[in-house]
Amino acid sequence: MRNYFAKRITDWAQKDEKIVLLSGDIGNRLFDKFKESCPGRFYNCGVAEANMVGVAAGLAIQGFRPVCYTIAPFLTYRAMEQIRVDLGYHHLPVILVGTGGGLSYASLGGTHHSCEELGMLRLIPGMNVAAPGDARELEMILSHSLHSSSPTYIRIGKKGEPVIHPTPLKASPGQPLCLSTGKDVALVACGTILPEVVLAAEHLKRDGITASVFSQPYLKPFADQEWNKIFQEHRLVVSVEEHSRLGGLGGALAEWKSNKPKSSPLLRLGTPDEFLHRTTDQEGARKYFHLDAEGIGKSVKDFLRS
Amino acid sequence: MSTDLLATARELRYRIIQMSHAAEAPHLASALSCVDLLTAYFFGKNSPDPAKAKDPGRDRFILSKGHAAIGLYATLAKRGYFPLGWLERFAQEGAELAEQPAPGCAPGVELATGSLGHGLPVGIGLALGARLQKKSAKVVVLMSDGECQEGSVWEAAMFAPAQRLSHLTVWVDYNKWQATGRSPEVMAMDPLVDKWKAFGWRAREIDGHDIQAVAQAMSESPDPEGRPTAWVAHTVKGKGVSFMENDNNWHYRIPTVEEVAKAGKELGQA
Repeated sequence: MRNYFAKRITDWAQKDEKIVLLSGDIGNRLFDKFKESCPGRFYNCGVAEANMVGVAAGLAIQGFRPVCYTIAPFLTYRAMEQIRVDLGYHHLPVILVGTGGGLSYASLGGTHHSCEELGMLRLIPGMNVAAPGDARELEMILSHSLHSSSPTYIRIGKKGEPVIHPTPLKASPGQPLCLSTGKDVALVACGTILPEVVLAAEHLKRDGITASVFSQPYLKPFADQEWNKIFQEHRLVVSVEEHSRLGGLGGALAEWKSNKPKSSPLLRLGTPDEFLHRTTDQEGARKYFHLDAEGIGKSVKDFLRS
Repeated sequence: MSTDLLATARELRYRIIQMSHAAEAPHLASALSCVDLLTAYFFGKNSPDPAKAKDPGRDRFILSKGHAAIGLYATLAKRGYFPLGWLERFAQEGAELAEQPAPGCAPGVELATGSLGHGLPVGIGLALGARLQKKSAKVVVLMSDGECQEGSVWEAAMFAPAQRLSHLTVWVDYNKWQATGRSPEVMAMDPLVDKWKAFGWRAREIDGHDIQAVAQAMSESPDPEGRPTAWVAHTVKGKGVSFMENDNNWHYRIPTVEEVAKAGKELGQA
């Protein structure tokens, strides 16, 4: 996904001289083509995320479209107040791209995990927040954000994520994206957990449970009216994310549901109130948190039986 | 020129004290310590033209110590950026000007500040943006000494020289006090000018109340070697009023009617 991001932002920047790329000392060689084709518009801002976000704000005030790129937890947690004040309060169209989001860098330890940042950023007034599930979603979200007047945070994965959507996407920001339809439950993914969710639907089918699969990359904006229908048409809605069960997709849906007492129940699958202290990789971390296809399927079946 | 600047600074000080009293707004002493810097910038040689306050290629001034906003407001109004009447409504319900500046609140206010350590990184972005657009605009960031305790200031201080942003200038209002103590004691601030030098800036010290020297310094050309410039301005918190100078109670205290009158007399205004 990060290679795809590098390629596409380079394509866009060649056409739009307002795009300036700021990197927090990552992406070795990743942006060589950008540097070569857009001279003067790539800045390695060093290991100094707070400064990088402030610099991006200044560039945006001057009419540029800055894109800040570094590892998700450093970009967001470290520079949180700069994001809030410089980008949010001033409502500047800066795009933040956090790479290695969620549990992508599970093997690097808890410092490199980001399972709280979507919830934190979602609270900032006027801030768009999205976690694309594949390269096609990223393409669409990048396009939205390059035309938006709001700041946007985009959480991406690492490399090698499969492309799930068969064709390019055209949806408005905030809309759920339907991948398949079933009668019983709606499985809703946010972020690169999407392939596990697709697989979980297949597992459930073997057990006679048919599931619709949706991807909801956007946490803000959040298309309220669509959810009425989804909750009406399924007896259970399940949110799945590499994020705390608080504040992310599950949190957003729980908030949405709070004044709709007659809607179907919501099962929130995500990380618990716990740091991951286990030596493992992303696959292992998903298993540990029951966020792999098997774990998701089991949680759904347990819930339906209860 | 200097007589005019002195008279302007005295008038602004009295106005600020009146505003603090009327709105019961704190941080009076922090505003008084940088009045001479503000006066020199907005009234000295090469001062910006208020008629060009929306010109995309304009010079930009950021008051990064947003708590001294009354100082900036009084200066901008006097210079003709917006009506003096705005000062009379300062901090009232629904007024244009709040205790600390909001985004786009008034011509001449380039950034909403109040949380410290934001002005310099944004100033760098403004300077980079101007350079990318091949404009010769200059950016000035006025910071407090307590503000220099923020890590983001030193992140920015390392970045600006690496980018050779010679059109960027920092002024540190070094009044030696922060909210609840002496800044060089709370943190090892000194030697402050050496810190800036060590970070790659053309850094110098100046008496921040020698208004003529300050105005002269502000009209200097950018460093031919490409370094950004930092001025550590030695100032006195509460400057201009005998009973406020170096008394840190005036970080938060609001002057009474009598104190306003007394200050006015000292400043030759009442």
